[in-house]
Amino acid sequence: MASVPMEHGLIFAGILFSMGFLGVLARRNIIFILMSIEVMLNAAGMAFVIAASRWGQPDGQIMFIFILAMAAAEVSVGLTLIIRLYQRFHTLDTDAASLLRG
Amino acid sequence: MNLLFYISALVAILATGMVVTRKNIVHALLYLVVSLLAISLVFFVIGAPFIAALEVIVYAGAIMVLFLFAIMVLNLGKETTEQEKQWLSPAAWVGPALLALILAIEIVFLITQGQPAASVGLVVDPKTVAIALFGPYVLGVEIASFLLLAGLVGAYHLGRKDTPAAQCNCEGDRS
Repeated sequence: MASVPMEHGLIFAGILFSMGFLGVLARRNIIFILMSIEVMLNAAGMAFVIAASRWGQPDGQIMFIFILAMAAAEVSVGLTLIIRLYQRFHTLDTDAASLLRG
Repeated sequence: MNLLFYISALVAILATGMVVTRKNIVHALLYLVVSLLAISLVFFVIGAPFIAALEVIVYAGAIMVLFLFAIMVLNLGKETTEQEKQWLSPAAWVGPALLALILAIEIVFLITQGQPAASVGLVVDPKTVAIALFGPYVLGVEIASFLLLAGLVGAYHLGRKDTPAAQCNCEGDRS
């Protein structure tokens, strides 16, 4: 059976990760930053799943399930923080919250 | 099957590129959903059907809806009504629709081929994953449940309405 080389899958995951990283660095809207972090988490999980399918072991997929749970918790807290930020500063610009003092 | 992997990967990369470059949040969200669906198809093709289902249910289903709720709660002011007009224009939805159509054609091809289990990599079926998850990794499952509980409590605590006493501490910032 002709199969996709693992390198191609890993390159794909790497491209996705760098795109998410670019989004984190380049955007200033905090919702876009959170979305880009989601893309990065997804790409990292994809590398695990590709490795799991390469060796036929379930451990990589279990790692992805844990990453999924972590992403869900992170998104719920992150979105709440975004709503608080918007209520407070009336903007989604991350530079508005560059000072730590309340 | 090889070709399906590369087409899905291309769709995912295109959609992700659109996510990080859009100006409108909801457009970016549409592209992100397409990107997650494409990644889910990649998972299916490389032999992880359980993870593919989880990706659709949890990521494209739950997390994206959470994003949408947050954007709706923010209710970004007067420009939303003008945006409403723009959203009805074909330019807003034709891109995600085309990318999603490619994915739909791939799924139809997979189903009509009649052997959904024949995939590119080694197939790890859900039973193996479940046995490992609740066997050696059961401590991780417990810790993940605690993490989710902490996320729930944290989100509830952060999202509460300010009491008058709390407002007094930062009277200058509130308007």
